[in-house]
Amino acid sequence: MENESLLLSYGLVIAAILISYYNHLKIEKEMVSSSIRATVQLIVVGFLLDAILNIEQPVYLLLILFFMSVVAGIISGNRGKGIPHSHVIAISGITVGSLMTFALLYGAGVIQPEARYVIPLGGMIIGNSMKASSLALDRLIAELGLQRPRIETLLALGATARQAALGAIGQSVRAAMIPTIDTMKTVGLVHLPGIMTGYIIAGGSPLTAVKFQLAVIYMLAGATGITCLLVTLMAYRQCFTRDLRLMERFRPAH
Amino acid sequence: MSLRKGKEILKQVSFAAASGELVLILGPSGSGKSSLLRCLNRLETIAEGSIFLNGQDTLNIKTVELRRRIGMVFQKSALLPLTVKQNIAVGPNLHKISFADEECESLVQKVGLSLDYLDRPIETLSVGEQQRVALAQALANRPEVLMLDEPTSALDPTAVLTIERLIQSIHRDLKTAILWVTHDVAQAVRLDAKTLILIDGEILANGNIRELMADNQNQTLQQFFRGTLDKNQTTTQQGEANGK
Repeated sequence: MENESLLLSYGLVIAAILISYYNHLKIEKEMVSSSIRATVQLIVVGFLLDAILNIEQPVYLLLILFFMSVVAGIISGNRGKGIPHSHVIAISGITVGSLMTFALLYGAGVIQPEARYVIPLGGMIIGNSMKASSLALDRLIAELGLQRPRIETLLALGATARQAALGAIGQSVRAAMIPTIDTMKTVGLVHLPGIMTGYIIAGGSPLTAVKFQLAVIYMLAGATGITCLLVTLMAYRQCFTRDLRLMERFRPAH
Repeated sequence: MSLRKGKEILKQVSFAAASGELVLILGPSGSGKSSLLRCLNRLETIAEGSIFLNGQDTLNIKTVELRRRIGMVFQKSALLPLTVKQNIAVGPNLHKISFADEECESLVQKVGLSLDYLDRPIETLSVGEQQRVALAQALANRPEVLMLDEPTSALDPTAVLTIERLIQSIHRDLKTAILWVTHDVAQAVRLDAKTLILIDGEILANGNIRELMADNQNQTLQQFFRGTLDKNQTTTQQGEANGK
């Protein structure tokens, strides 16, 4: 690809920024900073990837995965602004959700502890877990504000924080799982997953490609499900005081 | 007790309600009436002071238990998207208290609804009917004190009078202590009970509403009555006319 073509493709990002600006969506700054970040990060990783893929010791692979989870947790935790300890919650949820999925895949013999499997799959798992965690935190904040009257009614009847927040927890987990569920519903019909397509193009058997792709889809569903559930369950409790009051900051947005 | 939230909301408020007594808390908007109720069931945390329930410091009562014993009906009910029967049973289910169908039927009738309402989805009820369900929901926990935070403010004048009579009748039957917050002087006169006048977070006067209205010595009190009485008289007369 020519450099000019790459620059032209950035025109699409500029178009999105302009649409945001003229519609007062106030996401221009975030789009500019995110796109610059993506460029810098990919250039750096492009140079490092060759060295990373030659790592043989599993402990270093685990450290790299943990580093990826921490970065993802910090980014996702920013979506939980207003929830105490949102970064710790996001990092813990993403790390545990991803590691559990990896352990299961390794135990089932789907992957080997080799960098060429662990790093790309880790990126997919942690990336998807981060999206689920961010959606869960963002939705939880909105639901706690929106459902405040109902939550207070339940608290006044003697509900625990969990009983009172159950509706908000359910909505948050559901919202965070929507992309994963929709992907599962449409895989093969709307989009053809990269791994499967690449394997078939490279001359592999379609059946093996399907099996491998299914394992990846199940893995992503498991990781996102575990992550958003853990994150939501850890986060909602932080939104209530010890004497079971919903914190003042959770009010419906006007 | 006192309550601070940036500024002082309640200043050294002190009062007592006897078992089975109806006490009105009357004051203009923003005077701290709702905050006062919310302090009693710990939806707000007081800055200083103590609250006693049947002689027991409420600090020694677990929050969930305290809230079962002190029921509350809010200005606007926020019921669950379930049937009337399921909504009424929420409290007993939370506390895992047995709650027989007969008890639910008795409560729904007590709040002036027929048994046909039990299986109706809550969203098919009018605002006034939903407020009756909220009342039954609070009563299902068998509270020792029932707090009503402007329970008629979202209702039309006819429904206001109906709910007032209903609550008075429940009070007579169940002998539950009731703390009723209102900004409506005319409503306080109709209910004719012990009244605390709360202005700017302070209890200005405490006594029977009619006696307080006759007290010409307290200028602030008379200003408060004069400031709101005209408007509320209009509301009441309109309500009574609609009720005929």
